[in-house]
Amino acid sequence: MRVLVGMSGGVDSSVAAALLLEQGHEVVGATLKLWGGASDSGCCSVADVDDARRVAQQLGVAHHVFSFTDDFDEHVVAPYVAEHAAGRTPNPCIECNRHLKFDRFLRRALVLGFDAVATGHHARVAVTQAGFELRRGADQAKDQSYVLHVLGQEQLARILLPVGDLRKDEVRRRAAALGLRTAAKPDSQDVCFITASGGRSAFLGARTGLHPADVVDRGGAPIGRVDAVELVTIGQRRGLGAAGGTGRPRYAVEVDVPGRRVVVGDSDDLLRGSVQLAKPSWVDTPPADGSAVLAQISAHGPALVARWATGRVAWTQPQRAVAPGQAVVLYDATDPDRCLGGGTAS
Amino acid sequence: MAPSTHVPGRVVYLDNAATTPLRPEALEAMLPFLTERFGNPSGGHRVAREARLALDEARDEVADVLGCGPGEVVFTAGGTEADNLAVLGVVAARGGTAVCPAAEHHAVLHAVLAAGGRVVGTGPDAAVDPDQLAAALDDLRGEVSVVSAMAANNEVGTVTPLAEVAAVVAERAPGATLHTDAVQAAGWCDLRTLAAPADLISVAAHKLGGPKGVGCLVVRAGTPLRPLLHGGGQERERRSGTQDVAGVVGFATALRLAAEERAEAGDRARALRARLLDLLQRQVGRVVVSVPLERALPGHLHVRVNGCEGEAMLVLLDDAGVCASAGSACASGAVEPSHVLLAMGVPKAEALTSLRLSIGRATTEADVVDAAAAVAAAAAQLRAG
Repeated sequence: MRVLVGMSGGVDSSVAAALLLEQGHEVVGATLKLWGGASDSGCCSVADVDDARRVAQQLGVAHHVFSFTDDFDEHVVAPYVAEHAAGRTPNPCIECNRHLKFDRFLRRALVLGFDAVATGHHARVAVTQAGFELRRGADQAKDQSYVLHVLGQEQLARILLPVGDLRKDEVRRRAAALGLRTAAKPDSQDVCFITASGGRSAFLGARTGLHPADVVDRGGAPIGRVDAVELVTIGQRRGLGAAGGTGRPRYAVEVDVPGRRVVVGDSDDLLRGSVQLAKPSWVDTPPADGSAVLAQISAHGPALVARWATGRVAWTQPQRAVAPGQAVVLYDATDPDRCLGGGTAS
Repeated sequence: MAPSTHVPGRVVYLDNAATTPLRPEALEAMLPFLTERFGNPSGGHRVAREARLALDEARDEVADVLGCGPGEVVFTAGGTEADNLAVLGVVAARGGTAVCPAAEHHAVLHAVLAAGGRVVGTGPDAAVDPDQLAAALDDLRGEVSVVSAMAANNEVGTVTPLAEVAAVVAERAPGATLHTDAVQAAGWCDLRTLAAPADLISVAAHKLGGPKGVGCLVVRAGTPLRPLLHGGGQERERRSGTQDVAGVVGFATALRLAAEERAEAGDRARALRARLLDLLQRQVGRVVVSVPLERALPGHLHVRVNGCEGEAMLVLLDDAGVCASAGSACASGAVEPSHVLLAMGVPKAEALTSLRLSIGRATTEADVVDAAAAVAAAAAQLRAG
């Protein structure tokens, strides 16, 4: 096959390209320039492009740089800002996979005559009689199926995830054996367009403005103030200036940005038995109403037993701190590595 | 479609506006100074004198082609340094404000911005708009120290009527220094006439068959200029650092040859360009020419190919062995919407369909036939997707 490998300049995509070559594919590398602004943590700095290019040179494959900064701003950064401004908890990596890596980039690859794209994600695409399955990566600690749950059959038919069968230490071992300069490069962390020095507050402050808010208890009695209501996340405990009269820890249980108000409550007030999913997206057909599923609310959190019915996930045991905007990803209760898809907590 | 003469593995190089192959005559002239004649021209002995002689002769040659005195030629490490020296050097010497049009090369544009200067809108052909320039100069009356206007645009190829610019400057900002970035023009235009009104002229060797990393700034006598680089006081205190003797010799050789061959090379390039455009219009269709050909440098063909993103086009052309350009490349190699096209008023989405094919002295008829066929095949593929 002719495969266009998305090379971020990290070790996983470097090894992905090497593995595809070993398997006899015709490989070309491409690095996506996604973020036009300052970055120190992410995957589109000039230094990372240099790493990707040097690995491609070492492997003897062509390498291109594609600038998708406008699409990234429109589909990832702007919604991220809007979600925070609405007091919700967005996951920009999911939107990037949905709109950039497996849409814009995939379409670019197909129009250029490639048969498939590959990335260094830790997840697996399995081919069955029924179609394509999205499965957790072999390294459960590094599994990225959560952020890939937006992939459907049409996309999975064109996607290769070569390192999904490997543990991370094996990926690094292979990179070192090949002498790739990225072998010991640290994993990327956090949101790529937010600098470690400025953090979310500097970024959101510049893009949307931050506003102080009252912190109140569930009865509406004032407890304190926060500097930036847009930065408060459901379940957050620190920085709320709310030691509380009872001496028990208090958590943000409701964030009302327009009302400039954060409601705090006890740990138990964070429990939610069920949640409605907006913008659902399925790997194949949606799960049947009333079926048992495993539902996961963060990239590396546990997937817990729940029931799926009428667009709603109802957990057997209530869940703590399911924030609006967070992705809820469903897995097959009888085949826990198989991702079914998911949606956004309302 | 015209039958392609493309031979697999053959490279069709149509990116001569980015850089040109080193001319064999330049290489030959350079070699002794990279080997046995290695002297430092500032020394006082025979080995140094050999180098000094070569440097002096090269300076005479460059001065002759550019229409200035040898003492007015300041050798630099290329066009970007010459542009920075011109803009920052005048502002440092005189104070005041630097002004340039928005379609300048980044070496001028970013230097002007770094100096806190003023950027002026351009006309739809990327050339200086005399009215907008006049308005800006009026607005800054008395404060303008340097106006920089390129002799020919590096992306779309538009040749600037510098005499008009000079007249506006003389009327609205008398006494201001006029700089022209002639890096793109020098291989094709007679700078003795085109750049005659300029006080400062930037030229780079690698755009005209010379080596990379060498160029010059012409500094006409009496032009106030402070150096960027301090040190041994070479180049009459205007640019310290031991001269790149081999590079300067290669530069002078290439520049002299380009001047000697100018008329013939220009006619040849224009004929090839006309053929290329004709093939593109017939085989590709929906091709918009960015600047009327009679206003552009002879080797420059800048078009927008409707429905074809330049970034994807370049990949397919590269697969077919055709080297072209899609606009200004950033440090990472990604294609960004060209500031030149945006300054011309071209919408961003259309600017991203830019394709620049630039002909050089080594370009052949077979090259343009193959290139047109490759663009046609790529456009068909991209438009189908």
